Amino acid sequence: MITPTHYMLLSAALFIIGVIGVMVRRNIIIIFMSIELILNAVNINLIAYSYQLQDVIGQVFAVFVIAVAAAEAAVGLGIILAFYRNKETVNIDEMNLMRW
Amino acid sequence: MLVLIPLLPLLGFLLNASFGRRLGKSASGAIAVGAIALSFALSVGAVYRLVQLPPDARAIVQHVFTWITSGEFEAGFTLRLDPLSALMILVITGIGSLIHVYSTAYMHEERDAEYARYFSYLNLFAAFMLVLVLGANFVVMFVGWEGVGLCSYLLIGFWYQKKSASDAGNKAFIVNRIGDFGFLLGVFLVFVQFGTIDFQEVARAAASLSPETTFGAMSLITLLLFVGATGKSAQIPLFVWLPDAMEGPTPVSALIHAATMVTAGVYMIGRNAVLFSHAPETLAIVAIVGAATAFFAGTIGLVQNDIKRVLAYSTVSQLGYMFLAMGVGAFGAGVFHLYTHAFFKALLFLGSGAVIHALAGEQDLRRMGGLRRELPITYWTFLIGALAIAGVPLLSGFFSKDEILFRTYASGHTVLWVVGLLTSLLTAVYMFRLVFLAFHGERYVPAVGHRHAEDEAPVVPGDHGAPAAGMDRSGHPHGHGRPGERLHDAPAPMALALIALAAGSILAGYVGLPHALGGSAMLETFLEPSFTIAGAQDSGEPAAGEPGDSHAAESGQALELGLMGVSTAVALGGIAIAVFFFLRNRDLSGRVAERFSGLHTVLQNKYYVDEIYDATIVQPLHIVSEQGLWKGIDVRAIDGAVNGVAQAVGGLSERLRRLQTGSVRAYAASLFLGVVLILGYYVWR
Amino acid sequence: MPPGISLSDFYYILPEIVLTAGALVLLVVDARLPRGSRALTWVTMAVLLATAVSLVPFRNTDVEVSQGLLAVDQFALFFKVVFLVAAAMTVLMSERYLQVEGASFGEYYFLILCSTLGMMIMAGSIDLISAFVGLETMAVSFYILAGFIKPNQRSNEAAVKYFLLGAFSLGILLYGMSILYGVSGTTNLRTMATVFVGHERNPLLVLAVILVVAGMEFKIAAVPFHMWAPDVYEGAPTPVTAFLSVGSKAASFAMLLRIFVEGLPSMDADWRLLFEMLAIVTMTVGNVAALTQSNLKRMLAYSSIAHAGYLLIGVVAGTPRGISAMLIYLLIYSFMQLGAFAVIVMMRRKDVVGDELKDLSGLYHRQPFAAFAMLVFMLSLGGIPPTAGFMGKLWLFGAAIDAGYVWLAVIGVLNSAVSLYYYLRIVVFMYLKKETIGSEPTLSPALTLTLGVAVAATLVLGVYPGLLFDLAEASARTLGASGVTAAIR
Repeated sequence: MITPTHYMLLSAALFIIGVIGVMVRRNIIIIFMSIELILNAVNINLIAYSYQLQDVIGQVFAVFVIAVAAAEAAVGLGIILAFYRNKETVNIDEMNLMRW
Repeated sequence: MLVLIPLLPLLGFLLNASFGRRLGKSASGAIAVGAIALSFALSVGAVYRLVQLPPDARAIVQHVFTWITSGEFEAGFTLRLDPLSALMILVITGIGSLIHVYSTAYMHEERDAEYARYFSYLNLFAAFMLVLVLGANFVVMFVGWEGVGLCSYLLIGFWYQKKSASDAGNKAFIVNRIGDFGFLLGVFLVFVQFGTIDFQEVARAAASLSPETTFGAMSLITLLLFVGATGKSAQIPLFVWLPDAMEGPTPVSALIHAATMVTAGVYMIGRNAVLFSHAPETLAIVAIVGAATAFFAGTIGLVQNDIKRVLAYSTVSQLGYMFLAMGVGAFGAGVFHLYTHAFFKALLFLGSGAVIHALAGEQDLRRMGGLRRELPITYWTFLIGALAIAGVPLLSGFFSKDEILFRTYASGHTVLWVVGLLTSLLTAVYMFRLVFLAFHGERYVPAVGHRHAEDEAPVVPGDHGAPAAGMDRSGHPHGHGRPGERLHDAPAPMALALIALAAGSILAGYVGLPHALGGSAMLETFLEPSFTIAGAQDSGEPAAGEPGDSHAAESGQALELGLMGVSTAVALGGIAIAVFFFLRNRDLSGRVAERFSGLHTVLQNKYYVDEIYDATIVQPLHIVSEQGLWKGIDVRAIDGAVNGVAQAVGGLSERLRRLQTGSVRAYAASLFLGVVLILGYYVWR
Repeated sequence: MPPGISLSDFYYILPEIVLTAGALVLLVVDARLPRGSRALTWVTMAVLLATAVSLVPFRNTDVEVSQGLLAVDQFALFFKVVFLVAAAMTVLMSERYLQVEGASFGEYYFLILCSTLGMMIMAGSIDLISAFVGLETMAVSFYILAGFIKPNQRSNEAAVKYFLLGAFSLGILLYGMSILYGVSGTTNLRTMATVFVGHERNPLLVLAVILVVAGMEFKIAAVPFHMWAPDVYEGAPTPVTAFLSVGSKAASFAMLLRIFVEGLPSMDADWRLLFEMLAIVTMTVGNVAALTQSNLKRMLAYSSIAHAGYLLIGVVAGTPRGISAMLIYLLIYSFMQLGAFAVIVMMRRKDVVGDELKDLSGLYHRQPFAAFAMLVFMLSLGGIPPTAGFMGKLWLFGAAIDAGYVWLAVIGVLNSAVSLYYYLRIVVFMYLKKETIGSEPTLSPALTLTLGVAVAATLVLGVYPGLLFDLAEASARTLGASGVTAAIR
């Protein structure tokens, strides 16, 4: 029997994978995908809780997260594209104009 | 009415700052002088009204507006004129006016814009200084305290093109920051302890407590306040900035670094006399630091060759006297000395300025000599100043200094009295060394191809005052001052200021003529209400050794007369020594210096204090931060950091900076690490 | 009309509606006007003014609208005023900058207005969902604004960094919020407060609090979540940096107060301790790191980090007095920070970037008014009387003492003393250094206006801080006036 707890564990796992992905990957696109993974972990969590609590707000929240994530993706990819045009790379470690 | 006193110079500042470059010299000079002179007139009027009041009710309070109210905490922008602040505003506006007048001639070579800038700073300084002394609570005082600091840095670095000048500004700034740490913390604790920051209320609250026998809250508060005072008033260990501050124009040295700002620490202790007298431990520290500074600075002053540096160390030394007086509870005597000192030290500085002006920027005593005949006004007024500071009877310095020494002796601090007496000897010697070297003997003729006198004095590493470097850059284009040329004595405005101050140096002491000489110690009686709290059942009667009781008064007067004799003898002895070494047997002094070359070098190098600070604080911290913490990475020198603490913090700052690698992944990791750390803390707890 | 929504809901969000409509009108006008027309600046100002006017009817209201998504109260009002003032000053200083950079006005002003809208929603939100939507409206606009100068690699890099880290922190924040929802069963903060009364401390809840704290601290740039700030501040266009460091920070503080004071008062022992530690670390690291910076924008970035630390003191105190001190400080901070950035904007010329410390050398001789203005801002940031910054600090630290956090106040005082070193270094450069080469920096009328307003506000609020007190106190009192919070206090 799959309970909401299982979903929450899945969500926690996704969250951790996402966080690790952000910290270890070098490709900006993959980092961005890891962030999407975190947002999906949030969605799974929200819906699992919503189911557990028999409350619809969680699902509303999830819909908002999805919508906002889409907007963010559009803007984010635009920014990454502009960066790529200037630098001809998507390697995050080559981004070091500003430090110290 | 009271608020106009600081407001007028502020107005002068605003005018000169906004329109100065378009006004031309005479107009901007007139504005500045007019502002301060009017302020002086108002001060006289206000003090006159104050004196009309009965002695125990002498206070004029003006609540300008309510500044902060919050629950029980209230601070108004309130000005309060009482005897202590009355004396201070007279000194500030009176001597300030004379110095403004003097400056109109002294700074005449500057471009119009620079001239206006100079006067705007000077006016602004006066405004802040007046706020400082008129403020009725710590917050208003703090406004002035920080404000005068700011003006002082701006004026020290006035000739910013000169690196030593901006370095000196920086040094003054950093050292003062340390003092301000203490002062601010002290104010803070006052608020925590007493729930108010109004001077009167703090005094009243303190008066209701019994004096602390052990080191308690009041001792801590007063000690922190005293740390602030050591910064502003250049006492051990924070005196190092004042001699360097002589890089500023000479009238500035006279006004800020001799007559007014540096006495703010003394004033602050006087203002909180009740609080301090309830903390005997702090008072003892104040007295010891004061006496030590007086002696220490006096010995350094003995061998300096830069005319302004001698005066600077002399100022440090005289400030030490004032703190000694405060420390033994003779608040009135300390403020009396503050007042007389303002006259003769301003006179001496302005006199030295006239010499420097005449010699086109020469400040080295060894390259002066024989100026007596060519600069008669300067010479005679300077001589009066020197006699006054040396403590020759019938001049102002004698009365005030003697009062301090007498009170020190009477309160049982015999050791401190001996130190004070020795300092008095030193004072006479170094002042007359200065007079004889500069004004007597023969005119200095530079040897061909031998411009500097390096062989006479060892070149001191890191010493900004090494002979030629310390020149006052007035850049007088018509290059008077070459040997053989006729020198110009002080022009009219300068002469006016010199003569007025000379008269003051003679006469100022008579308002405080002691009982022993048939006077009535008028000034101290006048000041007394400021150091006590009216009507309070004071369990801790301030330790001011008032020789009040009539039977004690008789023996006290005999004692005082006796001590006066001693100090007169010491002062005259000092002058005699100076005559012997520096007038009659000049080469003998050189031989003595050779004989005791070790000591001479130590003194010449100011006990290596700068070097010791450098070696014990700056360097180790530097090495630790450089070698221990992140060896192998290029260490960028920290801009203009002269000070150990700054270096250490700077090192830390560099390390923090290097953490910022620019890598997004590292930033994300730090973000997550933060979460993990906090989580870890909760799990562990 | 759908169930649960009434006409009055629209009335109460009138300012937001005006702002949105104005932003759309601006886009239309932009399409009609010739490129580079300056008229857009004044259209934007008109929109902001109209929004400010539309706030007037709500100066005394205290209601919940849209089924508890937003609160229209004085707390929100105070912040909305701060945002509008900050936005207006940003717009004024942007004009010249955009001209020099050759960037287009229309989208830029549109984005400024959008982010202002997001901030206004954040300040009014009493529900996690609306707070999150407001936060993202603001953040997404800022991602674009940070990279607005497309050909400039630094601006580009700043945008990518801000975007990636911002999205990452958003993920963490949302994860915390989802757990909060799971534990309490509601997203409404005021309901949440009642649910948690007498609730025993639950490890999951603590985790949620920590995650939400991390997400919010990222936005206010508190250590150790501050790493993005110096880089982004340095790279982003200067007016954007100014707005980011003031508007975004103020809005995030508003949201933070809403979440913790209104929603989680029962957890206050936990979050106070957390904020106390963070405040100390943030002040200290911010100030110490600023000491060796030679780039003005980076220096101000660290200074703004340090200021986040000071502001956190008010949150820690948590009393109405602490919160009102915080509000006052935020407004004062807006003026002095925006003013300082306006001076840096002025330094940007065709041939000079103008954001290095040495670029300010001898500014006094070239632009006395700008130098004087910068002097006032630096003194104020360093907390020297008689400027507003001193009053603000006095209040904050006083509130901390009042609430029994004496040591926090002492550390604050020590920190502000350290900070004076780098603030006054700027003054030393302006007044005591030789002039450098490069074309003369000039003031445009809009810049003069910005500087004048900022200087006047900094000085007037320093001398007459009473002007603000009543407003701020009333605002602080409405926060969490609902029974639970007040009872727990």
